[in-house]
Amino acid sequence: MSATTWLRDPNPRSRLQARAGQAWLGWLRFARNPLAMTGLVIVLALLFAAAAAPLIATHDPVAQELAGRLQPPGSGGYLLGSDEFGRDIWSRLVFGARITLYIVALVTVTAPVFGLIIGTVSGYFGGWVDTVLMRVTDIFLAFPRLILALAFVAALGPGIENAVLAIALTAWPPYARVARAETLTVRNSDYIAAVRLQGAGPGRIILGHVMPMCLPSVIIRVTLDMAGIILTAAGLGFLGLGAQPPLPEWGLMISSGRKFLFDQWWVATMPGLAIFIVSLGFNLLGDGLRDVLDPRSASR
Amino acid sequence: MSFIEIDDLEVTFRAKGRLVHAVRGVSLSVERHESFGLVGESGSGKSTILRAICGMAPVTAGSIRIAGERVRHGRAFTRRVQMVFQDPFASLHPRHTIDRTLSEPLAIHGIGDRDAKVNQALEDVGLGRGFRFRFPHQLSGGQRQRVAIARALMLEPEILLLDEPTSALDASVQAEALNLLSRLREERGLTFLMVSHDLAVVDHMCDRLLVMKEGRAVEQLDRAALAGGTMQAEYTRELFAASADRLTG
Amino acid sequence: MTTPLLEVDDLHVSFHTAAGVVEAVRGVSFSLGRERLGIVGESGSGKTMTGRSVLRLIRPPGRITAKAMRFDGQDLLTLPERRMRALRGSRIAMVMQDPKYSLNPVMKVGEQLTEGLRRRERVSRAEAKRRALAALEAVQIRDPERVFHAYPHELSGGMGQRVMIAMMLIPDPALLIADEPTSALDVTVQAEVLRILDGLVRERGMGLIFISHDLRLVSRFCDRVLVMYRGRVVEELDATGLDAARHPYTRGLLNCLPRIGGDRGPLPTLQRDAAWAE
Repeated sequence: MSATTWLRDPNPRSRLQARAGQAWLGWLRFARNPLAMTGLVIVLALLFAAAAAPLIATHDPVAQELAGRLQPPGSGGYLLGSDEFGRDIWSRLVFGARITLYIVALVTVTAPVFGLIIGTVSGYFGGWVDTVLMRVTDIFLAFPRLILALAFVAALGPGIENAVLAIALTAWPPYARVARAETLTVRNSDYIAAVRLQGAGPGRIILGHVMPMCLPSVIIRVTLDMAGIILTAAGLGFLGLGAQPPLPEWGLMISSGRKFLFDQWWVATMPGLAIFIVSLGFNLLGDGLRDVLDPRSASR
Repeated sequence: MSFIEIDDLEVTFRAKGRLVHAVRGVSLSVERHESFGLVGESGSGKSTILRAICGMAPVTAGSIRIAGERVRHGRAFTRRVQMVFQDPFASLHPRHTIDRTLSEPLAIHGIGDRDAKVNQALEDVGLGRGFRFRFPHQLSGGQRQRVAIARALMLEPEILLLDEPTSALDASVQAEALNLLSRLREERGLTFLMVSHDLAVVDHMCDRLLVMKEGRAVEQLDRAALAGGTMQAEYTRELFAASADRLTG
Repeated sequence: MTTPLLEVDDLHVSFHTAAGVVEAVRGVSFSLGRERLGIVGESGSGKTMTGRSVLRLIRPPGRITAKAMRFDGQDLLTLPERRMRALRGSRIAMVMQDPKYSLNPVMKVGEQLTEGLRRRERVSRAEAKRRALAALEAVQIRDPERVFHAYPHELSGGMGQRVMIAMMLIPDPALLIADEPTSALDVTVQAEVLRILDGLVRERGMGLIFISHDLRLVSRFCDRVLVMYRGRVVEELDATGLDAARHPYTRGLLNCLPRIGGDRGPLPTLQRDAAWAE
């Protein structure tokens, strides 16, 4: 029996096979969408660049060589040119991918999880729990994101971790909103009534029955927000409140390249392009995931 | 003393500041191993009575007793009373396999030997083990309803509340589901409280029935009275005429 | 013999999906004069798809093919979409199962009733209202003025379905396709809605395609009945000759319903035969 017939078996023989079969069908749906595949390729390329940075990079990202400063792309062995300290921009972008991924990973394991918990609890219990939690969410939602992040970083001192913390603190309310809305539609369904009637407690119902229904919309929201997160991190870096020099963080690179924008355009443009492409990649991936993960389309 | 005793039950919902009286003073009693039907049209409050028994509707007056005790909705209650819902497309979790759906009640109550029990349950409702790891959307309506029945029986309850269990199914599938329910009742000595809008289905399944309209009990009948057409209330006669008309052509 | 109102020859409806081609309707042929034709089958039998193909209301990836599909001399297969739109709702009307989903919830009933009329025939507001009220009266709504000014959610299911029927009948169509028009209604209301529908169809001499899962209901209400199974017509019956049904599927459908006062043994179930689908 070949792998695909095993995956397509309408009568799976084990839990694992059922899961794998579902995933396989989802992958087929995803693979049919060229834009989503483009997004996936970009994100995979980012992952690869981060993982294999020392192999791909042609130079040391922090080594200064003042003799070769502000070289245009292609000249003097600098693939994408060099910056004002003669550092290779290509190598800095490749190593910068690690920082970008680090920020993205930290934010995604904190904000959506927190938002998901707040949202499902709020939606499931309703009443005063809902009122209190949602007002708190509203308060966080009311702050302009960058300003609140600025305030945090100003209080805690600049640095990547503090920037991530600031972004996570301002990023969770939308997830809570999405999860709550989803929970409200799920809460009164017969399958929740049935499991309640079997004696399940609220913890079990929320974790095992409500959250799986909210997860797809939250995941989609996360990938769509990823672009915003990268941009906010870059923005903080640009303002000098995120990553600190000489770290090759993309926002920071734009910030320092700003001075040469008119004569040595590549210094700021290359990291700008990197941010643009990666943001686009996550956006396309998010759109593709929406088609695959949306319970309404998957149940068909 | 009857097995299930409902006395002067009132259920009142509060909706947008308005009070909606869904059930207004209904009493009924069901003997052990009996099958009792609640008949009425939409909005008659028949399903609300089932939900009130399960604690899913606000009881504002009256009492519900099972085996002489006022019901308390805890773990013990769920092992005694289970429910089958109307729409098999809405009552199974769309992201759980049949295996997960059926083993969940066992997990909640910490009952072991789940593999064997799930397989047995699938055999009992005539599905077979091949269905175990499928997802609900891979099943037909009739198959889903069998899963829902299997789930309700996992905890080996004494009472099964049936909320229009076949009205979402095709006629031929309905026959299979009704036969299954009858067989399971006989084998396990279950007590049924069944809600339906279809007099013929209730007549086929139940020993006695209560006709409801707008939250009130209209008339209680046994099968003989129904078959003989000797009902008292005008509304019951109307309902009977509409159903008989539909069936005999 | 006069030409029939609707002629369908070898209709196929297929859906092209990732999992392959699914044929929902496989070679259905019938012709319809000014008579009442019932199409009966279980879910998935293709009865609804058959009704919808007549109006070309099949969304992609669904595809309609047929040797011929003619309505009143017009070829429905090649008619441009613009002419098709003009046909829908004016010459051919459709009543669907649940009025809850076919009426616009944020528009008053009256506006919905007069909208099409005013657009199509450019009649004055007062004239449109007069005709809408007349239509509501025709479906035996006692207080048409109140219903005219009501929102759909303020109406009961039976009332909503009557409004739907009234709306469909305003342009005086030649053919009405009713897809399970009473399945969402209570039994006592069902009978009444059917009686109204029946009266209107007879009075106006319309053609009717009545789609339902309920064989007995259809036979009481139609002249001829097509029984569908898995996309094919397995049997065509005279409505009065239901007992003469020969196909085991038809017989199974007739027998599997419980009857009041019937015996309580297991109900006869359908033993499906793979050969029926051939």
